[in-house]
Amino acid sequence: MKAAPFLYVKPKSIDEAVALKERHGASARYLAGGQSLMPVLNFRLDRPDLLIDINGLSELRGVSNSGSGVKIGALTRHAEVAKSEIVKSQLALLSECIPHIAHPAIRSGGTFGGSVALADPAAEWPACCLALDARIVLRSSKGERRVEAKDYFLGLYDTARTENELLIRVEFPAVAAGTKAVALELARRRGDFAIAGVLAQAKKTGVRLENVRVVFFGISDRPVRLSAVEQGIAEGQPMETIHQAIDAGINPDDDIYQSGATKTHLAKVLLGRAVEQLRQ
Amino acid sequence: MSEQMQISFILNGERKQVLVPMRLHIIDFLREKYELSSPRVGCEHGVCGACTIRVDGELARGCLMLAVQADGKTIETLEHLTQTGEIKDLQEKFVERNALQCGYCTSGMLITAADLLKQGKPASREAIRDHLSGNYCRCTGYEAIVDSIEAVMKKRVESGKRAAR
Ligand SMILES: Cc1cc2nc3c(=O)[nH]c(=O)nc-3n(C[C@H](O)[C@H](O)[C@H](O)COP(=O)(O)OP(=O)(O)OC[C@H]3O[C@@H](n4cnc5c(N)ncnc54)[C@H](O)[C@@H]3O)c2cc1C
Ligand code: FES
Ligand code: FES
Repeated sequence: MKAAPFLYVKPKSIDEAVALKERHGASARYLAGGQSLMPVLNFRLDRPDLLIDINGLSELRGVSNSGSGVKIGALTRHAEVAKSEIVKSQLALLSECIPHIAHPAIRSGGTFGGSVALADPAAEWPACCLALDARIVLRSSKGERRVEAKDYFLGLYDTARTENELLIRVEFPAVAAGTKAVALELARRRGDFAIAGVLAQAKKTGVRLENVRVVFFGISDRPVRLSAVEQGIAEGQPMETIHQAIDAGINPDDDIYQSGATKTHLAKVLLGRAVEQLRQ
Repeated sequence: MSEQMQISFILNGERKQVLVPMRLHIIDFLREKYELSSPRVGCEHGVCGACTIRVDGELARGCLMLAVQADGKTIETLEHLTQTGEIKDLQEKFVERNALQCGYCTSGMLITAADLLKQGKPASREAIRDHLSGNYCRCTGYEAIVDSIEAVMKKRVESGKRAAR
């Protein structure tokens, strides 16, 4: 279908973009890569009066080091995250996710900030933010504020970002050298949104896994970190015990393709594979 | 604000200055205004790849890009790749190997394959399939498409080696 009529503006500064959004409120949308917004408009599931195209705000683009961590500007394309040497060497978990994120023609346009602003429960970047204790930086006319990833994802497409706030970047604290990262998911075809996915990261010391992080996605209304599962893996508990922690921690709804029970099963299978890879 | 906007962009090698309606996506614009028939409209929500074009040299989904967003950019459609001869070998191989039936997906397949071939490196069949993962073909079952790309890639890598010797 075709999108309902709207007006379009392309502001030249962050202040101008935010001022426009604050003036028009819920009848306007920020337009980043358009890889999620445009389908929704073409389906007429949403009919904003105004699109505020933020693609002219070049200061929001790029990956850089900040202190000991890494900053990713909101307008950084998925393909740029994939190519970034900083990401490859310091945020291996993100690099592992790339092949799972959509297809080449979508990775060239879709943005890091757009994905984190949208907060699709099956998306990889929000899950990475949660796994790596990222801070999400939001901007309004009142200034900037930072929200911890654990306080940011509130529900289905629901986040701590208020209607008019512009997500300007995501800040990742440093990851300890020698940390191994795995991103596994099941999808109907390569690059589609995950039916179930798991991110796992740990440092291997002898036979032990330390600093274990596990985040599941695609199985709830938001990415889910389960500390009981992390502890189980670190302590080398048997898989059955860890599975009980998964049963206690997630309760996926049925969707049109899979039952909730299938998703829970798939989450366990993926975690088993991920732990095996971390131990190698 | 008006509902139209003046844009300036390069289309298949030619500079264009034109007034475009804001709500129009670039595929409808290219088809209706310039009568380019290679970019197609399939699903209009980013899933099928029939609308794949090149924007500043990179693959893009035309159905998810507004015509106004072409301002300042270089847009290429399959017509241009045909004209420059960039994928003459691939197009011939598609015909020879019967890699199309109805042809609806073909422009998107060729542009996407050209992107992989441009990298100039050999790729496994699996890597070829991954690269085409965003392009649906409802007719061929993909085998012949992957065969064609694989064959052209091998040939190009071979002749590249010969040239280097
Ligand atoms: C076929 C297909 C498959 C896909 N598969 C995957 C996948 O496997 N995994 C995955 O993660 N994604 C997938 N995507 C989605 C893709 O990654 C999008 O690029 C991403 O979800 C949104 O980013 P965007 O820049 O395109 O945002 P847009 O579509 O421009 O915007 C999305 C929403 O976020 C808001 N927004 C955007 N940027 C900001 C900002 N800086 N501040 C505040 N609000 C903002 C917009 O107003 C809009 O509501 C897929 C998309 C398609 C079409
Ligand atoms: S028409 Fe654009 S992806 Fe299907
Ligand atoms: S040849 Fe018919 S869709 Fe591919």
